[in-house]
Amino acid sequence: MSENNKVLEVKDLKTYFYTDEGVVKAVDGISFDLACNETLGIVGETGSGKSVTALSILRLIPQPLGKIINGQIIFDGKDLLKIDLKSLQSYRGNRISMIFQDPMTSLNPVYTIGDQIMESVIIHQKLDKKSAKKEAIRLLEIVGIAEVRKCLACYPHEFSGGMRQRVMIAMAIANSPDILIADEPTTALDVTIQAQILELIDELKHKMNSSIILITHDLGVVAKYADRVMVMYAGKTVEFSSVDNIYYRPLHPYTIGLMNSIARLDEGKKGKLKPIEGLPPSLIDLPKGCTFRDRCVYGKDECRGRDYPPLIEIEEKHFVACSRSKEILENRIKQES
Amino acid sequence: MYPEKKIEEEKSSEITGELILERKYTRSSLYKDAWKRLKKNKLAMLGLAIVISLMLIAIFANFISPYNPIERIKEEYLLSPSGAHFFGTDLLGRDIFSRVIYGSRISIEVGIIAVGISMFIGLFFGALSGYFGNISDAVIMRVADIFFAFPYILGAIAIMTILGPGIINIFIAIGVLGWAYFARIFRSSILSIKNKEYIEAARALGASNYRIITRHIFPNAMAPIIVYATMNVGTAIIVEAALSFLGIGVQPPTPAWGKMLAESLDYIDIAPWMMLFPGLAIVITVLGFVLLGDGLRDAFDPKLR
Amino acid sequence: MLFYIIRRILQIIPVLIGITLILFTLLYIIPEDPARLILQKGATEQALENLRAKMGIDKPVYVQYWRYLKQLSKGDLGDSYRYRRSVNSILAEHYPNSIKLALAAIFIEIVIGIFAGIVSAVKKYSFWDTLVTISTTLAVCVPIFWLGMMLQVAFGLKLGILPMSGMGDGSISYYILPSITLASVSTAFVARMTRSSMLEVMSNDYIVTAYAKGLSNFKVIVKHALKNALIPVITLIGLDLGAFMGGAILTETVFNWPGVGRVIYLAILQRDAPVVIGGTLILVLIFVFMNLLVDVIYAWLDPRIRYYKKEINI
Repeated sequence: MSENNKVLEVKDLKTYFYTDEGVVKAVDGISFDLACNETLGIVGETGSGKSVTALSILRLIPQPLGKIINGQIIFDGKDLLKIDLKSLQSYRGNRISMIFQDPMTSLNPVYTIGDQIMESVIIHQKLDKKSAKKEAIRLLEIVGIAEVRKCLACYPHEFSGGMRQRVMIAMAIANSPDILIADEPTTALDVTIQAQILELIDELKHKMNSSIILITHDLGVVAKYADRVMVMYAGKTVEFSSVDNIYYRPLHPYTIGLMNSIARLDEGKKGKLKPIEGLPPSLIDLPKGCTFRDRCVYGKDECRGRDYPPLIEIEEKHFVACSRSKEILENRIKQES
Repeated sequence: MYPEKKIEEEKSSEITGELILERKYTRSSLYKDAWKRLKKNKLAMLGLAIVISLMLIAIFANFISPYNPIERIKEEYLLSPSGAHFFGTDLLGRDIFSRVIYGSRISIEVGIIAVGISMFIGLFFGALSGYFGNISDAVIMRVADIFFAFPYILGAIAIMTILGPGIINIFIAIGVLGWAYFARIFRSSILSIKNKEYIEAARALGASNYRIITRHIFPNAMAPIIVYATMNVGTAIIVEAALSFLGIGVQPPTPAWGKMLAESLDYIDIAPWMMLFPGLAIVITVLGFVLLGDGLRDAFDPKLR
Repeated sequence: MLFYIIRRILQIIPVLIGITLILFTLLYIIPEDPARLILQKGATEQALENLRAKMGIDKPVYVQYWRYLKQLSKGDLGDSYRYRRSVNSILAEHYPNSIKLALAAIFIEIVIGIFAGIVSAVKKYSFWDTLVTISTTLAVCVPIFWLGMMLQVAFGLKLGILPMSGMGDGSISYYILPSITLASVSTAFVARMTRSSMLEVMSNDYIVTAYAKGLSNFKVIVKHALKNALIPVITLIGLDLGAFMGGAILTETVFNWPGVGRVIYLAILQRDAPVVIGGTLILVLIFVFMNLLVDVIYAWLDPRIRYYKKEINI
């Protein structure tokens, strides 16, 4: 992947929340990049910091609790964390847009669907009402809503979850963004609808030549749609590589655990599902060193006390943050040969 | 007007037995947690301190006040505040400081007893309405509507005119008028609780209505009632002051803050202290209850902050 | 919607009948002879007897009540015992004054209350937020008649810049102190409710969506948050308007305002039953009507309710 192919580059992002109980290091030094036309999957458990990462890109962290305290987010040759609010607003919803987790609550209940879609078009393309309406109709048709004209005057509560998520997508693609951030876009939907929505997002990506950051805890979804995958745990990247490496040759004990905990068709019946023991640590006052060590089957006493293992490129384009990843890799090679 | 699911009465008479549910644990921890949060809230603690000091002042009024509150010292009328009379004297030469101290008795009594009456009536009808629903609900809520539509002060004036002035009648007037809101919040708490799983479980195990209300619903619906009652004490104190101000509440020579304000009306230019101190006393008292009530609300429901 | 409104109006009727019944019973309990009130001392027993017969008060109470209802259905509220006038004309004279004062107070409540609430919510934990929180807490604790007196002393007596009482020539300066007094507590409630409602709305997902669309801070607050946040506040204001229009007894007493609250209050003291019942009826009617208006506005603001109402009316 060549340098100029990158549409987005995130470097050492740290987003902390200052609560009554203490400082929550929701995102603690995340770096990644996004290539043109690529789908990057970010997976992790609830509270691993994946959603906060997404919100941080557009500086949508709830104030005054949360704060981005460090990092760079390079887009369009500028650092999104440094530019003024006005220019940031011209990027939001225009060149980088988001789809949120819960379509039931993400639409404003007191405005019609039409109003809300038109708003997106009007602020960025400076269209008049009439052409904005035309555009809204076109967008709704793209996302596959029937009887578009009738729907424009509908309020969100008259729509089902899947329909609302289609509306959210219509709003997000209204200005053909360079990057579409989908934050668990299907978590709140029925299983049958989930596939349709994901197909739609994937199809639109190709149509618009956009890149997608797909945030999810559903490993199956990532396997199907993502090109590369970043695995997060307790605010940090633990493994980052191509989807094949993550699925077939995971090197971080956490990722290995994740892969063992899902049912896989290709392995037949021989593998038993093995859940990862224990719970993720509280993000307040994390102890020094690897945060996964207490749940890690490879964990050793030496993981305690020393610094957090750095994310190193253990093979080509395969980054792992584990002090024992070398051993794991060597064992794997031995087994395979 | 009030949408709700109708629950089928599921009484299985065969199964009876003591309920072993975790509810008891959750209840005590609700109140314990609330108290913990309340202790941390400085304003609420200030409110509590005001309320407690006021009660002490009311109880020990005869020890605190330097003069007899109804004793007239003829040559010492309309004196401005001084070392001898902290808050000055009124037209009849009575010591305003002592009168303010004694006035706390009326206010506290009215606040607590009247709200107690409202709460009692309100909880009774609220329970009836929320738990049994149907006709009793419709009738009680329509009657409550009438009480809502009727201006509070006007209602109190009407009742006081019929019953005649006097402290007991103030209790009754304010107490009777205030029930509707208690009924409404209790009703809505019950409606939200009665569909919860543990109530269904209790019903399925054959617990009687009385038992379900007293053992299960009551403790869980009490939090908003406690908050409203605390705030309502402040309201009741203001209404009493208003009635006494209008001349149909507490009768002279009993010292009551509202009455003292009424007496000061003609002298606001030459003796402003006559109106300043009783007024401040009312404000501080009500403030105490309001702060405490606010704190309790935050303590019971930390989300609301 | 129309169906709903009609149904609500029909619902008002039993409430009104209930109120007349309560008032009638209450006033019947008062051991006072209206005939004596009207003719005053020195009237002959025969004259009293004649008057009683003419008024129908020698009949049993249910007959009297029925008579009253029949009269009421024609829009006639009867005659005052004290003043030789019809209740209709007394109320017609005083109601406009009360309504004007109520509107002035509501204006203050809306402008100051909502503005303070928004500022306080948007600049949460700032100096302004603290100021609003402190002043609203205090305002709730101050008895309005005392506030009125303090304002009179400060602006009427010491500074001498505003009239202390009465309506005078009806110019704006006469309205300032009474309307501030009347509005004080409600303004505080409106400010608090706006604040908490704004804060709640601002934490909703659709606000994040609005920001993510690229809207400016101002637009998000005014367009997306405020319309949602004001829904509960509108209810409060509507109820206040209803209450102000009828019940400004204390304010009217302190400021000597020739309004209807004072008329009803004096009528109660003077046992002038027709004025009490008539005045209260009108007042409750206004209150209930305001309630209805609030519900209609509510439905207009919040499409979810509109939808829901449609559902239940089928």
